[in-house]
Amino acid sequence: MLDVAVKHALPNFQLDVSFAAQSAGITVVFGESGAGKTTLVNILSGLTRPTEGRIVVGGRVLLDTQLGTDLSPDQRRIGYVFQDGRLFPHFRVAKNLTYGYGRRRRRTERRITFDQVVNLLGLSELLERRVTGLSGGERQRVAIGRALLTSPTLLLLDEPLANLDLPRRRAIIPFIERLRDELAIPIVYITHDQDELIRLADTVVLLDHGRTVASGGLENTLSRLDLGGLTGGIDAGAVFSVSVAGHDDAFGLTKLNFDGGELVVSRLAIPHGTRLRIRVRARDVALALEKPRDISTLNVLSGKIIEMSSGSGPQVDILIDVGKPLWARVTRKSTADLALAPGKLVYALIKSVAFDRFVEQS
Amino acid sequence: MMSWWLSPNEAEALLLSLRVAFWSVLIGLPFGIAAAWLLARRTFFGKTLFDSLVHLPLVVPPVVVGYVLLITLGRKGFIGGWLYDTFGLSLIFTWRGAAIAAGVMSFPLMVRAIRLSFEAIDQRLEVAARTLGASRIDVFFTITLPLALPGILAGIVLAFARALGEFGATITFVSNIPGETRTLPLALFTFTQTPGGEDSAIRLVVISLALAIAALIASEMIARRVRRQIGS
Repeated sequence: MLDVAVKHALPNFQLDVSFAAQSAGITVVFGESGAGKTTLVNILSGLTRPTEGRIVVGGRVLLDTQLGTDLSPDQRRIGYVFQDGRLFPHFRVAKNLTYGYGRRRRRTERRITFDQVVNLLGLSELLERRVTGLSGGERQRVAIGRALLTSPTLLLLDEPLANLDLPRRRAIIPFIERLRDELAIPIVYITHDQDELIRLADTVVLLDHGRTVASGGLENTLSRLDLGGLTGGIDAGAVFSVSVAGHDDAFGLTKLNFDGGELVVSRLAIPHGTRLRIRVRARDVALALEKPRDISTLNVLSGKIIEMSSGSGPQVDILIDVGKPLWARVTRKSTADLALAPGKLVYALIKSVAFDRFVEQS
Repeated sequence: MMSWWLSPNEAEALLLSLRVAFWSVLIGLPFGIAAAWLLARRTFFGKTLFDSLVHLPLVVPPVVVGYVLLITLGRKGFIGGWLYDTFGLSLIFTWRGAAIAAGVMSFPLMVRAIRLSFEAIDQRLEVAARTLGASRIDVFFTITLPLALPGILAGIVLAFARALGEFGATITFVSNIPGETRTLPLALFTFTQTPGGEDSAIRLVVISLALAIAALIASEMIARRVRRQIGS
C-alpha cells in the first residue's frame, strides 16, 4: 500500500529513508528533532524534490526520479495535517473543511463525506465558528477533517499534537484511532513522543540522523536491544499487547492477559476484555535464578534468555522469552555474579506498582 | 460674499477628474497586482531594475514622465504612431491620455501597498492549500488575493487620490483642454493665472482637500474592516 525509498542531500545532512506498509494502519515515523522527519514529510507531500527516490501509494507512483515522475502537491492526493494546523483565517470552519472537497474533481473519488467527517471528529458545534476563536485541540480536529475531505489515498500527520498540552493530546488520540479503525486509509504519523508511538503505531520507522535505523512491527522493534537509546532511553522496554482479564476489588488490582502469561497491576478503571498496550520498562525488571519465595513482587515470569547486550558499561540489557520478548536491564556485576548467559532459564520480577503509565488501545 | 456653488467650469473639472481617476485605477489595477506579486514573491534577473522602474514616477519630476509619455504615445511616438495608424486612436489631447498619465504617476503607490499585503501573507497557508488539491492559480485566487484584500483596497484608494491630484505629467502629455483634459489641478492652476479667478480657485482647493482627506480616511477604514473580517 505504501512504499517509500528516498535519498536527499542537504547542506549538513543526508537523508536516506526507506520503509513500506502493507495495509491500512498507522505507520509512526519516530525520531528526535533534527532526525529528518520534516524533510521526509516535505518529500512525501511533494513540497521538496529529493535527490533520488521512489514513492508509491496505493499502486500510484507519486515520485520516481529515475523515470522522471514527480507529481505536484496538488496531484498527490495526500492529506497533510500540519503541526500548526494552518486553517484559512478568511473562511469559517465549514468552508475550511470543504476547501479540498470540491477540488476532488471526479465524483467517484469523493469517498469520504462531510457528515462522516463531522461525526468522526465531533465538529458539528464548530461549523459556523470563526477559525481565530478555536482552541488548539479544536483547530487540529478541523485540520484533520479538512485533510480527510479530500478523500486522500494517504493521511500524513506531522507532529499534529506537538503544540497541544497533555489533556488536549489525550482527548484527540481517540479520534486518530477512530480514523484508523473506520477509514481504510493508510496513515503516516510523525512524532518524537513516546506515548504517541506506543499507543498509535502498528508499524514503526525509526529515524536517526536522517537514516532509517529500523522499521517493522511495533512490538518487535521496541524489543530490540540495539535500539534502546532511540526507542526510549531510560524508559526503554518491551511493549506488550494485553487484555483486561479481571479485577481484584479487595486489593485494588487488575489482571492483564498476554500471549504466554499474566500480569498484575494496580487497579485500572477499564472494562473487562479491553485490549491495551503497556510498556514494561527494562529498568523495572529484576532477575533471579530461582523462583523467589516470600517476596513482595506479584509478577514473576519465567523464560530463557534470548540475547544479551555487550559492552563495558555498568548496565547490561537482557532479552528474555516469557511468551513474548521481555527486556530487563541489570548491572553487569549481577550478570557476572549470576553467570547469566543466553539459553539460561531465569525468573523475571516486575513490581505491580511499576506500571504507572498506561496507554489505551480501543 | 463668495458662493459655494460650483460654476459649470468647475463642475466640469471635478467630474472629469473623477472619471479620469476612476479609469486610471481600473486599468492600472491588474498591472499593479501583477507587479506587486512579482516583487513580493519572485526573484529573477533584473528584479532590482524592475523595482526601480516601478518606483520611478515617485521620484522623477512629473513633467519628465509626461514628456516620456508624449514621445512614446504621442501621434509620432513609436507606440502612439502605431495606435493611430492601426486604430485611428489618438491619446494626446484626450481624457484617455490624462487617465494614462494619472495611472502611471499613481502606479508606484498602488504597487507598494499591494506588495506589503502580499508579503504579510503567511505562505504556509498557500502551501497547505496546495496539499488540499489547489493548483497555483487556484491558490492565488482563493487564498492569496482574498488575504491581500486590505492592501489592495488601500492601494486602490491611494492611487485614486493620487490620480485626482496629478498635474505635471497630465499637462505635459495631454495639455490643458477644458472638458477633455482640464482636471481639477489643471483647472485650479488656470484659475490662479486668470484675473478674477480667485473665488473659483478657493472652491477647488477646498474640494481637492476634502477629496484627499476622504480618500485617506476611507482607505484606512476599509483596510481595518477587511482585516477584521479576514481575522488576521
